[in-house]
Amino acid sequence: MISELLINAFLVTIMLSIAISLIKTRAVIFTVILTSAYSLIAALMFITLDAVDVAFTEASVGAGISTILFLAAMAYLPKKEEESISNQFIPAMSCIILGGILIWCSYDLPEIGQLTAPIHQHIAPEYIRGSKEDIGIPNIVTSVLASYRGYDTFGETIVVFTAGVAVLVLLEKKNPVKKNKSQPKQKIKKNA
Amino acid sequence: MISSTIGIWNYWIVFCLMMIGLFLVIGRKNFLKKIVGLTIFQTSVFLLYITFGKIKGGTPPILNESVDTIYSNPLPHVLILTAIVVGVATTALGLAIVLRINSEYGSVEEDDISAQDLVDYHDEIETGKSIDLKFKQ
Repeated sequence: MISELLINAFLVTIMLSIAISLIKTRAVIFTVILTSAYSLIAALMFITLDAVDVAFTEASVGAGISTILFLAAMAYLPKKEEESISNQFIPAMSCIILGGILIWCSYDLPEIGQLTAPIHQHIAPEYIRGSKEDIGIPNIVTSVLASYRGYDTFGETIVVFTAGVAVLVLLEKKNPVKKNKSQPKQKIKKNA
Repeated sequence: MISSTIGIWNYWIVFCLMMIGLFLVIGRKNFLKKIVGLTIFQTSVFLLYITFGKIKGGTPPILNESVDTIYSNPLPHVLILTAIVVGVATTALGLAIVLRINSEYGSVEEDDISAQDLVDYHDEIETGKSIDLKFKQ
C-alpha cells in the first residue's frame, strides 16, 4: 500500500515538473522532448493503475509516433518561440479558477479504487463474465474492443482515415495554390 | 476529512495537469506550443478515465484460472485505447495546418499573423475592393 503510494507520488511529481517546465521553456526541441517524456511517464502511470494495454499504446503511439510527427513538423518551423508581448494574466486566472471549480467538484466523485463506485456496477461485470464464453479471449480489453464494441473501433478507423486524407490535402502541392492566391492580388494592384 | 482527501488526491493532480495543458493552449501564442498543450490536456484526461477504472487490490483485466480474482474495470481502458489513436490523428492534422500557415505567412506566432492580416485588411480598404466598404461608399 505504502509502496504504491510512494511510486504514485514519484511519478506524479515528475509529471507535474515536466508540465511546469513546458510552460517555462522557449526552445522548440526541448518542448518536443518534454512532451515525449510526459507521455512515457503517463504510460508508467497507466501500468500502476492496471491498464497495461493502454500503457502499451501510450508508449508506442503517444511517446513514439507523435514525437516523430512533432520532429518532422519542427524541421520546417522556426526553432525558437518568441516572447509574447501580450498579457498572460487573463488566461492564467481563468485556468486557476476553472481548476479550483474542478477540485471543488471532485469532493462529489467516488473515492479511487472502491468496488462500490457506480462505474463498476453497470455493464463491466457482464463483459468480464462473458468474455471467456462469448469470444474466448482471455484479454477482456481486446474482446471488448474488437467484438462487443467493434463498431466503435470501426468509427475510430474512419476518423483516422479522414484525418490522413485531410493532412494529404493540406500538404499537397504548395506552389499551385500559392499562385492562385497571389494572382488576384496582382490584378487588384493593376486595377488600382 | 483527511482520509477522503487522500482518496481523491489523484484527481487533484490530474486537474492541475489539465489546467497546465489548457494554459498552454490559451496562454501561449506559438501554434506548436498550443498543439503540445492539447497533447498534455489529452493525456491528463486519459489519466482521469483510467483512474476511474482502478479497483483497489484488482489485477489487470486479463482472465486467469482462479475464481475470486478482482479485475479492474476494462471499459475505460477500451475507451482510452480508441482516444489515444484519435488523439494522434488530431495532432497530425493540427501540425499539418500549422505547416500550411507557416508556408503562407512565414510565421507561426499568433501576434505576427494577426498583424499581417490587419495590414492586408488596410490594403483592401485603400484599393476599395472590400465588399462591405463598397456598400458604405
